[in-house]
Amino acid sequence: MNAAQAAVSHDMPRLRLTGLVCERGGRPLFDPLSLDVAAGTLCWIRGVNGAGKTTLLRTLAGLLMAGVGRIAWHDGDDRATRHLRAPALHYIGHLNALNGDLSVREALAFLARLHGVAADPASLRAALHQLGLAGLERRLVRTLSQGQRRRTALARLVLTLGAPMWLLDEPYDALDSEASGVLDALLVQHAQRGGSAVFASHVTPGVAVDQICMLEPPSPSVESGATPRWSPAA
Amino acid sequence: MALPYGFALRREWRLRRRRASESLLPLAFFLAAATAFPIAIGPDPTALRQVGPGVIWACALLTCVATVGHAFSVDAGDGVLEQCLISAVPLTAWVACKAVVHWLWTGLPLVLVAPLLGLMFDLSAASVALLAATLLLGTPVLSLLGLLGAALTVGLRAASSLVVLLVLPLALPVLVFGCLAVSALDAGLPATPHLSLLGALLLLAIVALPPTIAAALRTSLG
Repeated sequence: MNAAQAAVSHDMPRLRLTGLVCERGGRPLFDPLSLDVAAGTLCWIRGVNGAGKTTLLRTLAGLLMAGVGRIAWHDGDDRATRHLRAPALHYIGHLNALNGDLSVREALAFLARLHGVAADPASLRAALHQLGLAGLERRLVRTLSQGQRRRTALARLVLTLGAPMWLLDEPYDALDSEASGVLDALLVQHAQRGGSAVFASHVTPGVAVDQICMLEPPSPSVESGATPRWSPAA
Repeated sequence: MALPYGFALRREWRLRRRRASESLLPLAFFLAAATAFPIAIGPDPTALRQVGPGVIWACALLTCVATVGHAFSVDAGDGVLEQCLISAVPLTAWVACKAVVHWLWTGLPLVLVAPLLGLMFDLSAASVALLAATLLLGTPVLSLLGLLGAALTVGLRAASSLVVLLVLPLALPVLVFGCLAVSALDAGLPATPHLSLLGALLLLAIVALPPTIAAALRTSLG
């Protein structure tokens, strides 16, 4: 019985969404979403502006409550859990989470330690080097350009390659073609090491993704079923 | 690493130090506010001695609650706060680190300059020492209450004034016991009961407020 259960859990995807609906202001953002993300695969979330990509990622990260539906995780050791947390889960949102008064290295070291990731000087330097920030380690974040800040935030990915799950919200934002290439390479490396990634992006990533999830606005029947609390015309 | 969350403490300390002049503005506010009273009351030593402890305490209270409004706004704005909510570090521990450094830069300086203000109000050496002791026990409570107000108003535009309204009533017991201790000494009565009550308030605040602030932050961001 135990062996059978273990076998079942081994086949379980890293993340399974069943009929998930995210809401904003009490209105559903998309049709009920069911999705499996297996270990070592990349999932690209697409959708028009306002389709709910950010809300979906924030819900998966545990920052928002899901409206309806179920989120089931399997961590790296194939244990079922309701909430995946750091250091198994890494969420990089629109905001880079870098304080302008810290140096690039200090800001990255803080984010790594905050998420339970070892951050020795050598690995920090290597991570920043890989993102093309060599020589900027001691610069204050507020003196950096948007692209350089994004690179600093993404350097955390180098430190967490192969972690069970990355959730990335528009990771290609503000990146030049060189940095986009580095991010593509990181995603490939991550998947090769058994890590999964769910990312939202309005640009086509330079890597072959395993699945594309298109967020559709809720179908009219669902919309009319819900009574609007107010109407813009009134 | 001796402290379990030393890296978070060091980060807060570093951020304060890099904006040292900004971080010490509460102290300047405190000095300016307390100095206004002798000027307004006039050079009568008896009157000054009578109001001195109360004025210094009220100014400390106002300083702590009026300057804390944006304690979390930078972290909320640049996304650090949302990372803290889902991090490997318990939010309460991060809040505690923040509170310690906050007090070291806003509460402790008030305790250190209070004797100087005591001279201005012609207080006796014993009164000044007792006043400093009550501030040492009371200001951490005020800092924590201020942070609770700041946590409840993260993301609101009128945060600063709201914090004052929210926190002042909660902080009144601290003010009452702090002032009572000094006036008891002046009346020749023992001050220890009031100091004990202040100490009890401090312990209660240390135990109860960090988790409350963490819960408030979760609510404000959720």
